Amino acid sequence: MAEQSAVTGGAGRIPTVVADRVDIVYRVNGTGVGRGSATAALNRILRGKKAEQASGVRKVHAVRSVSFTAYRGEAIGLIGTNGSGKSTLLKAVAGLLPVEHGRIYTDGQPSLLGVNAALMNDLTGERNVYLGGLAMGMSREQVRERYQEIVDFSGINEKGDFITLPMRTYSSGMAARLRFSIAAAKDHDVLMIDEALATGDRSFQKRSESRIRELRKSAGTVFLVSHNNKSIRDTCDRVLWLERGELRMDGPTEEVLREYEKFTGGGGKG
Amino acid sequence: MSQVLDTPSPAPAVPYDDHADPAELAARHGLTVSGARPTLSAYVRQLWARRHFITAFATAKLTAQYSQAKLGQVWQVATPLLNAAVYYFIFGVLMGTSRGVPDYVPFLVTGVFVWTFTQSSIMAGTRAISGSLGLVRALHFPRAALPVSYALQQLQQLLFSMAALVVILLCFGVPVGVSWLLAVPTLALQFVFNAGVAMIVARLGARTPDIAQLMPFLLRTWMYVSGVMWSIDRVLSGHPDMPRVVLLALQCNPAAVYIDLMRFALIDSFHASQLPHHVWALAVGWALLAGVGGFIYFWKAEETYGRG
Repeated sequence: MAEQSAVTGGAGRIPTVVADRVDIVYRVNGTGVGRGSATAALNRILRGKKAEQASGVRKVHAVRSVSFTAYRGEAIGLIGTNGSGKSTLLKAVAGLLPVEHGRIYTDGQPSLLGVNAALMNDLTGERNVYLGGLAMGMSREQVRERYQEIVDFSGINEKGDFITLPMRTYSSGMAARLRFSIAAAKDHDVLMIDEALATGDRSFQKRSESRIRELRKSAGTVFLVSHNNKSIRDTCDRVLWLERGELRMDGPTEEVLREYEKFTGGGGKG
Repeated sequence: MSQVLDTPSPAPAVPYDDHADPAELAARHGLTVSGARPTLSAYVRQLWARRHFITAFATAKLTAQYSQAKLGQVWQVATPLLNAAVYYFIFGVLMGTSRGVPDYVPFLVTGVFVWTFTQSSIMAGTRAISGSLGLVRALHFPRAALPVSYALQQLQQLLFSMAALVVILLCFGVPVGVSWLLAVPTLALQFVFNAGVAMIVARLGARTPDIAQLMPFLLRTWMYVSGVMWSIDRVLSGHPDMPRVVLLALQCNPAAVYIDLMRFALIDSFHASQLPHHVWALAVGWALLAGVGGFIYFWKAEETYGRG
């Protein structure tokens, strides 16, 4: 894929994600009168599609006609107020949500790191590292080589031998750190981080920001959703601003953040 | 929860890059549509590449299974034994189905263990996707790895049970024979069958979680007609007016086939005459039908797992 760029290249940049007028619509079950009651459920089953409106299946138009192209080596921040469609858009890029209209093209398989993506809670952290690596397609040797690196990066063992405890005993911050460390151990073509770093402490955030920069250098694309404008400034060179499902702005970080901060009234959290 | 803000005069989204046609740009750089299903052969290759994940996941799940219990791994063997004891008490002692069945305890315990293998593979299969949504959403791997892995976990569990079974057989004076080797192909075929059914119910359970509620009833019905604690051959020969079709259907049901094959392999008083005709063809046929069919059925919805 990469080799073709020399011939065709628009300024030599290789796209990794192309979103072409993407619309995403959620259908939410059982919002009407008598929601969730046995008769409403039976009615829905028996009458099928027709009863959908009657029993209150509501459509939520979460993303409207969003187009953008992401290139290799870019770190793109996604900003917008709560409920503006940021997570929804990333889920669709990861292929976890179907699009209503439009198309999303990706290079390889994007990985989405969400805030509550639990791995295997009943297994130890050690097992999670091992299995997570294998599931991402690393070989046993690769996992063994990287194991110590992953554990050190997560900082799980800083306060004692926690890596041999089941993951359900971890605090939310510890679990989030381990998840990020596992996912970041592989060189992804496209890595999307959905507020997964928010629960980590400052020193971990610094480590992960430098890891994001590394991933960019190894020709990956990183998407970062964050409400922390400072961490967007520190890591991203381009920002997409979504508002009410529409792409309000797409441009260099400073430019977009300045407008966004004006919009939200105040200098953000950073 | 969202901040209510006035939308200022809509500043048009500034195109950061101006390419004519996104579809054409994507095609030029070999990008593919996100979330599209791989071809069947590519899927098989991906799954094969994850074989270490499948085995490691099964082993990890098995060891974690009883990690919250005080007795820990003792339950691996104790659970099937207690199961067998309960069935012996009810069917052997209270209801007297043991009459006319030689070596009833080995007969019963073999039946219970082999049946439990199928039953728990299917139960685990219904929750294979819906119970691992976090994993499915966080990491990318062929989803069929999950139901197959759960079936493999049950196979490992069964091997513990088989160790207990051997002790029971020896205690009841069942002689060790060459035919015991037949247990290996029987288990292999049953595993393929179980994995296939697990993939089918995994797809159903991913769409409709209600399946997990319904499944215990279906499985219990299936168990009672599969001759787990009674001999199909013995009971039905006592009813000569029973239509042939019913007998044939009972004997050809896959659970009964695998259970009787295992009994034939291990218990020397269980004769080949008690098996249906072409029993190995049936065993292979069921395994292929469920294995291949289940795999294709599961693959057909690959892109939808983790959605919603």
